[in-house]
Amino acid sequence: MGPLKKIINNCKQATFLIEKKLIGKLTLREKMVLGIHLIGCSWCRLYDIQSRKIGEMVRQLFHSSVSADARLDDNFKKELQERIEEKLNKN
Amino acid sequence: MNNLLDPHQWVKAHADYLYAYTITRINDEEQAKDLVQETFLAALEKVNSFEGKSSERTWLTAILRNKIVDVYRKKSSALINSDISRAEQEQADFFDSDTGHWTNQRAPQQFGIDNHDPILNKEFNQILLKCMQKLPALWMSVFTMKHMDDETTDIICAELKLTASNFWVIIHRTKLNLRACLQKNWI
Repeated sequence: MGPLKKIINNCKQATFLIEKKLIGKLTLREKMVLGIHLIGCSWCRLYDIQSRKIGEMVRQLFHSSVSADARLDDNFKKELQERIEEKLNKN
Repeated sequence: MNNLLDPHQWVKAHADYLYAYTITRINDEEQAKDLVQETFLAALEKVNSFEGKSSERTWLTAILRNKIVDVYRKKSSALINSDISRAEQEQADFFDSDTGHWTNQRAPQQFGIDNHDPILNKEFNQILLKCMQKLPALWMSVFTMKHMDDETTDIICAELKLTASNFWVIIHRTKLNLRACLQKNWI
C-alpha cells in the first residue's frame, strides 16, 4: 500500500488526529495527513463534527446543574460538624 | 487559630458544595462523603498555613481536588485493569484490522446530536452520563480532568503518571467508545 493510500484508508489514525486536534495541537505533517484524509472520508468528517459536539456537551454537563441538587443528608452534616468541633477543642 | 477561617461554620457553608463537586468527579456517594470529611479534617491540620490569599472555599476545594486526584491515581494504578481490556474489546471491530478503515457496521452515522432539542436535553444527558460511567476508571479520570477542570495535558500526565503518548491513546479510545455508545443509545 502506497503512503497516500495508507492515509486515505486509515480512519483509525484520522480519528486519533481529530482528537489530538480538538484538545491539543497537530504538527504540520499531521495537519496535512488529516486534511488529505478528510477530503475523501465522509465518515471521519461526520466523526469530527460529532466528537466536537460531544466534547461541548460533556463540558456543559459537567458545569451544569446535574449535580447542583446533590446534597448531603443532615445527619451526616451534623456528625461531621461535631467531629470538627471535637478536633478544634483538642487543639 | 487562624482568624481568616471559621471551622465552626464549615459544614454549613461548604459541605454541600464540596459534596456536589466530588460527586460529579467521582460517581460514588459513600466515597464522596468520605472525601468531604477527610477534606475538612485535613484542612483543620493546616489552618495555620492558610494565608488568606484565596477564599476559604477555594482553599478547601484545592485540598479536596488533591484528594480526588489521589483516588484517580489509585484507581488507575490498580493491578486489575480488566475494565480497560473490556473497553478496548468494545472497539475491536470499529476499524478494519488491515487498513484502519471504519467497518461498515460501526462507522459513524448521523444521530441527531447536531440539532438536539433542548427539551430532549435532560434525557440525552442521562444517556451521556450512562455512557461515561461505562468507561474504565483510568479513562474516566483522564477525561474528567480534561473536560471538567480543563487541566493541561502536562499536568494530567504528571499527576496520573502517564506518558504523553499514553495520554493521547486514552483520549482517542475514550471518545471512540463514548461516541459509539451515544450512537447506539440515541437514535
